[in-house]
Amino acid sequence: MSASAPATLDLAEVSPAFDDPTRESQAVFRKVMDAVARPGTIQDLAFAPVAPQGLDRAAGAVALTLFDFETPTWLDPALRGGAAEGWMRFHCGCPLTNDPAKAAFALITDALAAPDLAAFNQGDAKYPDRSTTLVFQLPSLEGGAQVTLIGPGIKDKASLALAGLPTGFWDQVQANHAKFQFGVDLIFVAGDRLTALPRSTRVTLRGD
Amino acid sequence: MAVETVVEGAPERRRWLSILAKAPAKDVIAAWDGLAERPAYRPLRAPEIGMVLVRGRMGGGGDAFNLGEMTVTRAAVRLESGETGIGYVAGRDRRHAEIAAAVDAMMQSADLRPAVEGAVVARLARGQDERRDTAARKAAATKVDFFTMVRTRSPG
Repeated sequence: MSASAPATLDLAEVSPAFDDPTRESQAVFRKVMDAVARPGTIQDLAFAPVAPQGLDRAAGAVALTLFDFETPTWLDPALRGGAAEGWMRFHCGCPLTNDPAKAAFALITDALAAPDLAAFNQGDAKYPDRSTTLVFQLPSLEGGAQVTLIGPGIKDKASLALAGLPTGFWDQVQANHAKFQFGVDLIFVAGDRLTALPRSTRVTLRGD
Repeated sequence: MAVETVVEGAPERRRWLSILAKAPAKDVIAAWDGLAERPAYRPLRAPEIGMVLVRGRMGGGGDAFNLGEMTVTRAAVRLESGETGIGYVAGRDRRHAEIAAAVDAMMQSADLRPAVEGAVVARLARGQDERRDTAARKAAATKVDFFTMVRTRSPG
């Protein structure tokens, strides 16, 4: 558990989550699966419930669907100790960790201050799937520097122009891809939209 | 690692949560349906069924051991007036858990508490006392008192 986490959880501060947890989490899971299977496509999570302060609806929906008691979760400092942390502790029941290398999931709302992708769990030779899956909450999934995507799940090529990522981020993504089978998988959310970049996708910046 | 939700207002709140948890589902539902007015609430956590590991301690001085698993249903609701209640109940009756949570929330509100304190909590507590009493009587009826005859051998 994160050292900054309060020992007690004030239930009066926790807002509701899915109205119908089974169906809604299955619907979100399907969207996430499609996003990972077809990198570069943008999925719409308009049905997701309102998430607590600091989290977009798509980020909250991904947390409710994927995080549970078996997934140590790393929250970026902007989320720690806030309404979002209490909400996730109550609804997801996920243990929190301060060590990115131990995290099954990481939820990042301030991409500029995030640790390097290599700081997270890269998986091991027997279980490369045990690496961290990072969820980046961005201001927008459009309007940033355009990158070209090639790899499994993409016919010919696809492109993304994610906004709000730090300079040098795509170098980290390329280094992450170069380590395949190791490496982290990335989910990007903004508002109620979602896209994903698995480690198998080769990313090139315009001009490379 | 489990999320800890600390019970506030313990041990009083612990007492009524315990009564609601152990009461038979049909008694809880009957008591709730018998209320003249039931406040509106919305689910914070829809009722869900799971298992908990029950641990015990032999004698009080012994180490904790795993007694076994039992089925538990839990729910959390929020009343329109803002109180939040939780219900963890034995068994797999979703409505039982939801009612337990609603009663817990009402017990925390000074306005709503009189409506449920006697009609639900005290009523269920009486039922539990009766069942415990009956079980104790049945057990007592089968009790055998062993005694040892005074030894007659004179001290040598």
